[in-house]
Amino acid sequence: MTRRKNSARRVSIIRTRENVMRAVFLFAACVTILCVALICAFLFVKGMPAIAEIGVFKFLGGMRWKPGNDLYGIFPMIIGSLYVTAGAIIVGVPLGVLTAVYLARFCPKRIHRLLSPAVSLMAGIPSVIYGFFGIVVLVPAIRAVFGGGKSVLTASILLGIMILPTVITVSESAIRAVPQTFYEGALALGASHERSVFFAALPAAKSGILASVVLGIGRAVGETMAVVMVAGNQAVIPASILKGVRTLTANIVLEMGYAADLHREALIATAVVLFVFILLINLLLSSVKRRAAK
Amino acid sequence: MKKARKLDAVSILLRAAVNAAAVLTAFIVFFIVGYILFKGIPNLTPSLFALKYNSENVSLFPALVNTVIMTALALLIAAPLGIFAAVYLAEYASRGNKLVRAIRMAAETLSGIPSIVYGLFGMIFFVTALHWNLSLIAGGCTLAIMVLPLIMRTTEEALIAVPDLYREGAFGLGAGRLRTVFRIVLPSAVPGILSGIILATGRIVGETAALIFTAGTLAQIPDSITDSVRTLSVHMYNISSEGLYINQTYATAVVLIALVVLINALSSLAAKKMMGGRNG
Repeated sequence: MTRRKNSARRVSIIRTRENVMRAVFLFAACVTILCVALICAFLFVKGMPAIAEIGVFKFLGGMRWKPGNDLYGIFPMIIGSLYVTAGAIIVGVPLGVLTAVYLARFCPKRIHRLLSPAVSLMAGIPSVIYGFFGIVVLVPAIRAVFGGGKSVLTASILLGIMILPTVITVSESAIRAVPQTFYEGALALGASHERSVFFAALPAAKSGILASVVLGIGRAVGETMAVVMVAGNQAVIPASILKGVRTLTANIVLEMGYAADLHREALIATAVVLFVFILLINLLLSSVKRRAAK
Repeated sequence: MKKARKLDAVSILLRAAVNAAAVLTAFIVFFIVGYILFKGIPNLTPSLFALKYNSENVSLFPALVNTVIMTALALLIAAPLGIFAAVYLAEYASRGNKLVRAIRMAAETLSGIPSIVYGLFGMIFFVTALHWNLSLIAGGCTLAIMVLPLIMRTTEEALIAVPDLYREGAFGLGAGRLRTVFRIVLPSAVPGILSGIILATGRIVGETAALIFTAGTLAQIPDSITDSVRTLSVHMYNISSEGLYINQTYATAVVLIALVVLINALSSLAAKKMMGGRNG
């Protein structure tokens, strides 16, 4: 009798424990949703009134950012972010994809053992170090060659370098995931190793490579410290790639330290715009990924 | 590779482009790291490691200690949450569940948010709304949210890689789901989980933008978690933007790179262990 009762109690204890822990796991998983909700809520609640007060078109389309005169137009910064991101893609993507092809299909094992950790080291280097390197090496070099030290060009090159590891690792695994038969089929038809890789294997990895580019775009748009250090930060649309530029991220980090009232809210609103950009990029990424999965 | 066949022009061009890209990438990595080491190592003076920071010695020691504390604090919050969340996704949730899709989407969104947006959120929420001021705990919580999706994803991958045979064996011996998770599945996924945590450590150590407005820039070893601190990356940003201490900045960069190299080595060790475990 008592034995049966005891074992029944043990079963019920185990069952409660199971259920409690299940709830704990579920709660932990829901924390991510909670965080996203909190971030959205706080940014929008703090940022939207400023956009309303300034006026949507004056804020997004305004050409002048002069907090001292109550002028809050972030159009130059939007363009600035677009410019340096485009520059980073032009610099980083061809180099990154070609390096990925090398790592996946051309590289002797010995060199792979050296180059692959080097790429992951590159991914680990903090952005302040890239920024500092930009200040002490890139800026003087570009000033000497082209005459515009802190400029769109400098920021683009530095960002291009910074997105390299993302582009390389994601593209490499995409190329490696292409079935060997594609390559072998091309070889059997008499194509050279190079042609087989580029015209048979690479097109099949298109979606994965595109995903690496979109990830790179996300990283370039969101990068802050390195850009602040080398871009010059003038809040005007640059007339040439040798002129200084200010991105959305730089705008926030430069002025948040001392901003108050509407100025502060306008900076939070800048972050809202940045956040919306990132959400759009994420959407693009997941649609690219879905295509890659097919 | 095969020297016997003669290549056409396109192939030669493609091969040249690929080789040039690889050489250029390698050159960039070794140049950046080499340049900083070359300039920085001679400047690694004992005064840089003085116990207290002042504008004369520009000591990085308090920042280094703060980095360790900040990393520990952020991981203390993020690691249990991330691992438990991954356990739910990998072991409990049914596939295609709406909630699960929402969780995955939220995690993906979090991992795309730029660090400056985290910094601003931390400032609005932890620093202002919760009145935590610029503090270790505000910075730690902000960073914990930032690395949460990373820990979740790597842990989930590690859990999925555990063969179903293990689970079936445990169930067959009469173990419950919970016991199976804690005694069988999690222990065999340890190397994978560790490599995720090490990756998260790397992100925390390198983070600047999310910390400036949440943990502040006070260069001292804190007495409590409500004190403002500056980590090594923030320290490096501060002294490099002041522009007065260029030699010390190089030396600080060396220490930061050494940390990153150490973290990378640990993570590849953990990854290797994971592969070894799977084969053996």
